[in-house]
Amino acid sequence: MTPDSAGLYRTVRLIRRFEERSIEFVRSGEIVGGIHPYIGQEAIAAGVCAALAPTDQITSTHRGHGHVLAKGADPSRMLAELMGRSTGLNSGRGGSMHAADFSVGVLGANAIVGAAGSIATGAAWAARRQGRDTVVATFFGDGAMNEGMLLEAFNLASLWNAPVVFVCENNGYATTMPVAGAVAGSIPARARAFGMPAFTIDGQDPELVLAAASTAVRRARSGGGPTFLECLTYRFDAHHTFEHRVRLNYRSDDELADGRSRDPLEIQGARLASSVVAAIDAEVEAVLDKAAAFALESPHPSVEGALDYLYAMRLP
Amino acid sequence: MKLSYLKALNRALGDELAADERVFLMGEDIRVAASNLTAGLHARFGDDRVLDTPLSEQAFTNFATGAALAGLRPVIEFQIPSLLFLVFEQIANQAHKFSLMTGGQCRVPVTYVVPGSGSRTGWAGQHSDHPYSLFAHVGVKTVVPATPADAYGLLVSAIRDDDPVVVFAPAAALGVRDDLDFASLAPVPLGVGRVARAGSDVTVVALGHLVHEAVAVAEELAGQVSVEVFDPRTVYPFDWNGLGASLAKTRRLVVIDDSNRSCGFAGEVIAGAVERFRLDAPPRRITRPDGAVLPFALALDRVVQPSRQDLLSVLLEVVA
Ligand SMILES: Cc1ncc(C[n+]2csc(CCOP(=O)(O)OP(=O)(O)O)c2C)c(N)n1
Repeated sequence: MTPDSAGLYRTVRLIRRFEERSIEFVRSGEIVGGIHPYIGQEAIAAGVCAALAPTDQITSTHRGHGHVLAKGADPSRMLAELMGRSTGLNSGRGGSMHAADFSVGVLGANAIVGAAGSIATGAAWAARRQGRDTVVATFFGDGAMNEGMLLEAFNLASLWNAPVVFVCENNGYATTMPVAGAVAGSIPARARAFGMPAFTIDGQDPELVLAAASTAVRRARSGGGPTFLECLTYRFDAHHTFEHRVRLNYRSDDELADGRSRDPLEIQGARLASSVVAAIDAEVEAVLDKAAAFALESPHPSVEGALDYLYAMRLP
Repeated sequence: MKLSYLKALNRALGDELAADERVFLMGEDIRVAASNLTAGLHARFGDDRVLDTPLSEQAFTNFATGAALAGLRPVIEFQIPSLLFLVFEQIANQAHKFSLMTGGQCRVPVTYVVPGSGSRTGWAGQHSDHPYSLFAHVGVKTVVPATPADAYGLLVSAIRDDDPVVVFAPAAALGVRDDLDFASLAPVPLGVGRVARAGSDVTVVALGHLVHEAVAVAEELAGQVSVEVFDPRTVYPFDWNGLGASLAKTRRLVVIDDSNRSCGFAGEVIAGAVERFRLDAPPRRITRPDGAVLPFALALDRVVQPSRQDLLSVLLEVVA
């Protein structure tokens, strides 16, 4: 047990219950369009974000709720965003796949696979050039490893010493495409080819993720350049909530049972006294009760403003 | 003092780099200024402000977005117009959408400059497009200056704008020279057109190098037909008020546009004009053909682009 153990457990628990409740809101129709559940992968967001300072930044993915919450976004405003309310993080203009909160360093979830890595690299490089010691962590899946733009970003980050931590969440699948059928060679070897250190770690254990991420963040902050972390994980639920309806068949029951047996919630919970676990669970439930009430009571944006914020500077 | 269009762009970059240290340039071979756009700027501003990039258009276009989110004001030079097809996702789907999607939490002041769009003689199919309509269609601010003073003033405004702006500098306009006093160079607001030549019988809308062609045709017809040439300067936002003022006089419209016909700029100007204003004759457009790819052989390249002769005969038909 480390000093951070309870905090890590709390983050994992918050993400898990946020996701479970969100799935219920998808079923009840309060969330339109569905979500990509992060259930099973929470240790990565919790560990990486715990290694970051509040002024550090992240970019996220289509499966982004965990990252955004772990970086400190308000769960009430996050849930309101998923429901398209005007009180949402993005005033209801972003939704699940675009949640952003610049006030806590969330430069936005990005729905184009592989796109955010290059944005993170530019943000990190620019911060350093302006004399700030900001580190930017960027999350992406194993599927993104086949997007040329991300590989181009590895090159720029390494070449220009950008303070970036590349976090690959290898959950074994890009939608239904198994990683073995998609990635030639090895994932960390691709990163190493661009001259950055790359490590493969157990992405189910929040403390191992925190330790690896802390080393990477220190290296980036001290001018050492980017690090690549391949976090091995498993997606317990569907790729997207629509999958519950279409019943895609690409994972065996044995595989699912095996994957689900390494649950970050249990791994981290086992490190704490049961009374601590119970207290955190109750506290998280209260936070989410409040979030649900806040989101449900929040107004919908007025339709006159549908294209508000399109331009930072008004058109003539 | 004679100032060329290309030199005016170069001067705008130099002035903005000097005025605002958040401005920096990125692009391929820009330190030695392969296209001349950035001539002298590396020597003046150094490595931090004038960055040669690897051939990684998609990554460096998003990199600029990230740098903009972090408070800088990047300007990217693209060596060839078709590279914009390669980074359309990064501009149309990333940079342009950030402000709305985040509920106004951020701004993305990136400028994309293409010095040499449209036909460059002998460069053929993959180097000769003029894809400004694509950006206007998605709502990205899009500029096509015609004169050296406008090249300077519009590029300065683009760099100072807090949104992404694409600046197309047609290859055929880069060599245009005007007698200009440097002291007279000033920012030109986006979205405000100008009357390049006054007339009363028919309005020709033209962009970039075609403004000069249209003025030449108007001179040729002087005494016979009084042609007004309206240069909107920006494709998007478009200056409908300016066009309206011109059409109130002429009530006849011809658009000349060096891009493809279907879903193009010319069709948009005509549709917008007939929705808003009264015309006395059916409007006409002169464009590249539908879905054209510029062929290599010189005569074929030329025949695909709108010409003075086409414009002259269409003008005579419209006023007949
Ligand atoms: C460039 C791009 N291609 C395809 C898609 C459609 N798509 C959305 S998520 C996804 C799978 C992504 O897999 P991975 O990167 O492994 O992340 P995971 O979903 O496993 O978290 C795909 C193909 C997309 N959004 N962007």
